Amino acid sequence: MADRVTIVLHSGDMDKIYSALIIGNGALAMGMEATIFFTFWGLQRLRKDNALSLPKGGLEKGPLSKMHMLGLGKLMIEQRMDKANVASLEKLMADFKELGGKIIACEMTMEIMGLSREDLREDLIDDYGAVGTYIQEARESAITLFI
Amino acid sequence: MAEIKVDCRGETCPVPLVEVRKALRKAAPGDVIEVVGTHPASKKEIPMAVEALGLELLSVEGTDTDWTIRIRR
Repeated sequence: MADRVTIVLHSGDMDKIYSALIIGNGALAMGMEATIFFTFWGLQRLRKDNALSLPKGGLEKGPLSKMHMLGLGKLMIEQRMDKANVASLEKLMADFKELGGKIIACEMTMEIMGLSREDLREDLIDDYGAVGTYIQEARESAITLFI
Repeated sequence: MAEIKVDCRGETCPVPLVEVRKALRKAAPGDVIEVVGTHPASKKEIPMAVEALGLELLSVEGTDTDWTIRIRR
């Protein structure tokens, strides 16, 4: 069993992206390998930030999973996070990549949503794959999570 | 052997752990990393990471909200 964490990020919600990236960074910091498999709504967060696209693309653009209240709840949480000096998702992603974390984009989601590689932030993505890729990673992981 | 300072005062989870790991990756074997911080959980968790990485914890000093940890790579 490899000392690895494999996370399926199905949600595109801002608070859940935080969970995935914090756990991934924690694993890397403690000497494990980490892979995050971005699928379905999660994949929207790897899309280039384009004002015209629906649902919205961009790492920081996800709604809150609860109490979003048309953005008001998110605004309030963002202010609290700012006060607590919580790192931005962009910083957490940059740290994750710097520490050797792997990002995989789900190809089936790309097909369903009509996304090409150019629509995504290819600089962040290490690999494109489907369920077989996830299973191969997960079967060698001490920890696997679905977020 | 170099002594490397990491200042994580005011930073919260997971930044202190991540910054220590980044510094350790850049350090050479034998280098000493001194990290200062104010995040209570990190005072416990940085030593856990040091153990998991098989490195030497030299000292943990200070209070939960104002601490200094020294690690040898």
